[in-house]
Amino acid sequence: MIGLEHYLTVAATMFVIGIFGLFLNRKNVIILLMSIELILLSVNINLVAFSSFLGDLVGQVFTLFVLTVAAAEAAIGLAILVVFFRNRGTIDVEDVNVMKG
Amino acid sequence: MIQADLNVILPEIVLALYAMGALLFGVYTGKDRLTGPLIWLTAGVMAVLAAWIGIGGEGTREAFGGMFHDDGFSRFAKVTILLAGAAVLVMGQDFMAKRDMMRFEYPLLVALSVIGMMVMVSAGDLMALYMGLELQSLSLYVVAAMRRDSARSTEAGLKYFVLGALSSGLLLYGASLTYGFAGTTLFSGIIDAAGEGQAPLGLLFGLIFVMAGLAFKVSAVPFHMWTPDVYEGAPTPVTAFFATAPKVAAMGLLARVLHDAFGGVNADWSQVLAVLSLLSMFLGAVAAIGQTNIKRLMAYSSIAHMGYALMGLAAGTVLGVQAMLVYMAIYVTMNVGTFAFILSMERDGQPVTDIAALNQYARAEPGRALAMLVLLFSLAGVPPLVGFFGKFYVLRAAYDAGLVWLAVAGVVASVIGAFYYLRIVYYMYFGEEGEALDRSRASVAGVLLMASAVVMVVGVVNLFGIETAARAAAAALVN
Repeated sequence: MIGLEHYLTVAATMFVIGIFGLFLNRKNVIILLMSIELILLSVNINLVAFSSFLGDLVGQVFTLFVLTVAAAEAAIGLAILVVFFRNRGTIDVEDVNVMKG
Repeated sequence: MIQADLNVILPEIVLALYAMGALLFGVYTGKDRLTGPLIWLTAGVMAVLAAWIGIGGEGTREAFGGMFHDDGFSRFAKVTILLAGAAVLVMGQDFMAKRDMMRFEYPLLVALSVIGMMVMVSAGDLMALYMGLELQSLSLYVVAAMRRDSARSTEAGLKYFVLGALSSGLLLYGASLTYGFAGTTLFSGIIDAAGEGQAPLGLLFGLIFVMAGLAFKVSAVPFHMWTPDVYEGAPTPVTAFFATAPKVAAMGLLARVLHDAFGGVNADWSQVLAVLSLLSMFLGAVAAIGQTNIKRLMAYSSIAHMGYALMGLAAGTVLGVQAMLVYMAIYVTMNVGTFAFILSMERDGQPVTDIAALNQYARAEPGRALAMLVLLFSLAGVPPLVGFFGKFYVLRAAYDAGLVWLAVAGVVASVIGAFYYLRIVYYMYFGEEGEALDRSRASVAGVLLMASAVVMVVGVVNLFGIETAARAAAAALVN
């Protein structure tokens, strides 16, 4: 029997993979965007699982909002990435270093 | 029904309609030469809304089943946000015109992010919180990267985007856990589930994630790493905006979530905030010492100031929230003045951000140097200027709440922090002879610099009455 905790475990695993993807990745900014997407999708799994478990639709409404915002976020992220590429000619994470920080 | 709800969010609707109308207008006329008037118009609309909200609003109203609150607290924060946004918009105009940055999207993106901030401080539901936060953040990512031809600006935008998206993800994960364990997204429902000291563990996890996400937005240590780079890379008018309105909004949102939704588990979040506050104050004070770029220095300065504002929140009392609001209002005023000064720092028409360029500045421009001196003393918290009273308030709130160690640490950090503000003063008055900056011309930024310096001196009398307003605002939030 697959219960709530299984879904939560999957979501938590995805979330952690996303976080690690952001911090350990030294290669490509696109991978950062994918990691961010992974984090948001893990949240969606959480919300839908809770929504179904509680018998309450609000979680699914929340999911729709999150999906919409994630799309807008990806669009803006890619747009910024394109202007960055035009200036620097690279999208390697290691080259995002004009400023030290 | 819906009529009454819409009435409550009328200011937001007006600003949203204005932003969309102006956007259509800009797209169809397709001309950036209208940017100047558009900036003034946007600032005017925001100032009118601030007056409307500040003077017209009273009582406590709810809309959409408690998803949106219009109370004293949200009104205080909204007026501060709107006025800060309007001031920053008009003061950056000269700077942008000179550098061919006058795009009509700029004032509109600022207006959109201001709508997001207004929703944030009024949120009564996790969904409203998230939508407001994202509207604000998405607009800010774009304005950070507004100089499309500059490697620094686009890099600032990219860094801000990645770390901002991460913080939204953390916050959202916390929101999903909160929803799961409280069974509702309404703050009024969450506070029932997280009753006096008996909150389920899942809910506390949710709280911690939400707080981590919001700590990113207020750039509290250890979630501050984006701040110096974004401040340095973004165009100076945009940096001025980052340093003011979004900070107030994020702080207001943090206060609202903690008191409205998690007011029952006061002891749990209070310790976390106290640690964030301590780290921010010290890192902000120590790391700023070695900076040579004034925008980077202001980034560390804002980290330290956020530490003090968090100290007010950590107290978890009415006085604490009041102190936080007073502190933020003062902080915003000081930062508007300081950035008005930074905007006018240029040599041969090129912007300069090196602190050493201020050598002997007082000889060339005694009036402006004096105004900057007043602002820097105020930022450092030197009595009897207004900045001192902001610090005094939060320290007293922390002391009254039993956080004596935090208050003592705050005093120590402010002494360390005074060093780097005074170093700028030293350069201006006693620095070595060097290449002088351009003479500044009369401008809006100059007026704002003088005005905020005057406020720092005259405000000592009664802080322009914001104390009472802030007390009413805090009482509306904390029960």
